[in-house]
Amino acid sequence: MDLLDQLADTFFNWEEMAKVIPSLLSVGLPNTLILAVASGILGSLLGLLLAMMGISRNAGARWVARIYTDIFRGLPAILVILVIGIGLSPIAREITGSRNPYPLGILALTLVAAAYIGEIFRSGIQSVEKGQLEASRALGFSYGSSMRLVVVPQGIRRVLPALVNQFISLLKDSSLVFMLGLAASDREIFRIGNDAMANTGNLSPLVAAGVLYLILTVPLTHFVNFIDNRLRTGRPEKKEPDDAAAPIGKGAQA
Amino acid sequence: MTEFASGTLTGKNLHLSFGHNHVLRGIDLHVEKGTTASVIGPSGSGKSTLLRVMNRLIEPDQGDILLDGRSVLKDNPDELRQRIGMVFQQFNLFPHKTVAENVTLALRKLRKLPKDQARAEALEQLDLVGLKHKADVRPANLSGGQQQRVAIARALAMKPEVMFFDEATSALDPELVKGVLALMTDLAKGGMTMVVVTHEMGFSRNVSDTVTFMDAGVVVESGPPEQIFTSPATDRLRGFLSDVL
Repeated sequence: MDLLDQLADTFFNWEEMAKVIPSLLSVGLPNTLILAVASGILGSLLGLLLAMMGISRNAGARWVARIYTDIFRGLPAILVILVIGIGLSPIAREITGSRNPYPLGILALTLVAAAYIGEIFRSGIQSVEKGQLEASRALGFSYGSSMRLVVVPQGIRRVLPALVNQFISLLKDSSLVFMLGLAASDREIFRIGNDAMANTGNLSPLVAAGVLYLILTVPLTHFVNFIDNRLRTGRPEKKEPDDAAAPIGKGAQA
Repeated sequence: MTEFASGTLTGKNLHLSFGHNHVLRGIDLHVEKGTTASVIGPSGSGKSTLLRVMNRLIEPDQGDILLDGRSVLKDNPDELRQRIGMVFQQFNLFPHKTVAENVTLALRKLRKLPKDQARAEALEQLDLVGLKHKADVRPANLSGGQQQRVAIARALAMKPEVMFFDEATSALDPELVKGVLALMTDLAKGGMTMVVVTHEMGFSRNVSDTVTFMDAGVVVESGPPEQIFTSPATDRLRGFLSDVL
């Protein structure tokens, strides 16, 4: 019984948890979201550019995208964060005049995420039937407009689940910026839990941090299943009784 | 049927190779304004490729393309394709857009029509193909024949001077072929200039003004349907007709 009590105290010491929760929510949560959302958006934009380069008819562009992807997908995220966060910090200090490691942390996370997201987008875009591009071009759209209006939107829809997986991964990887040394107000979820654990010698603050991560990530996976269905078929349509009753029979007439 | 902005289309000595594969070997095709030319021939003879070359989806290696007597090879190919509608074997409707949006997309983005005007024109075109009531559903909820009629409406909405049909009924279930052929016949009778690549010998014989028989990248014979179907001059055409009829 003593052993169980000890374990319970190590992981689920409510007192220690209660102490850390306010700063987890007021400091850690916004900072984690800033890191993850900013690098998610920037990484998607850069990823889309990489995807377009990857399928370009220009061999030079394809090579640049290939090499970029190989490098940033092949390195541990923590290495990229350290190298960029520390290596570029003198330059960043000169430009921004601050020692805040966030811009470089976001940059590093963006560079890594873009490599993965670029591959996700590329596979989605390439999965769109050739006839779609052909039909769009036959209407008189340029290659660029055809990609923007017809091909890319379809491609992205197909890879939304993979994309959200990437965002989840990014949300977790954002914890790695703690390596750059953060001022108290810049700490994200993991660092706050980690500091509290170090101060108290009790793991409960880290468990609380873990629960907060789960609260963010688990709904995201379920959300993607929902929008995935929605985007595949469009807005829910009013089904005619026959359609609702006999979804199998419909295939035969299609 | 409404009046069409028909034009005369001519392909002269068109050549195209993919590597060592010489797909088109000097094709001539002339379609007089307001008439229908059908192109028949065995699979792999270059018929579909010919259409794609004549609207410059694929640039020819050699030869010339004239619309109303003027070469269009120096023009912007995107502008040329706005003047030539095309209908595909696989329909190629945009699945992420509704039926009406499929038709309005080019009207809004290329012809720069305001939203409600584009919608009104789209509904008019859809009405013409009998599918106005399906304007707000997605293509996936339509039968193949309905999808192809939407594809025709989408092409017609751009008021093209010429329409290309690339085996427009080949992917359809037999009972759906008739409706699409009837629509194509209406267009032909209405004075649309059309180039129809087809395996439907009935359509070729009864509707088109001229028939061109292609094999292995060359035009083997061409002429009025009576001549092609009743008195073929070459063994190759005779062989083909005995295979398909």
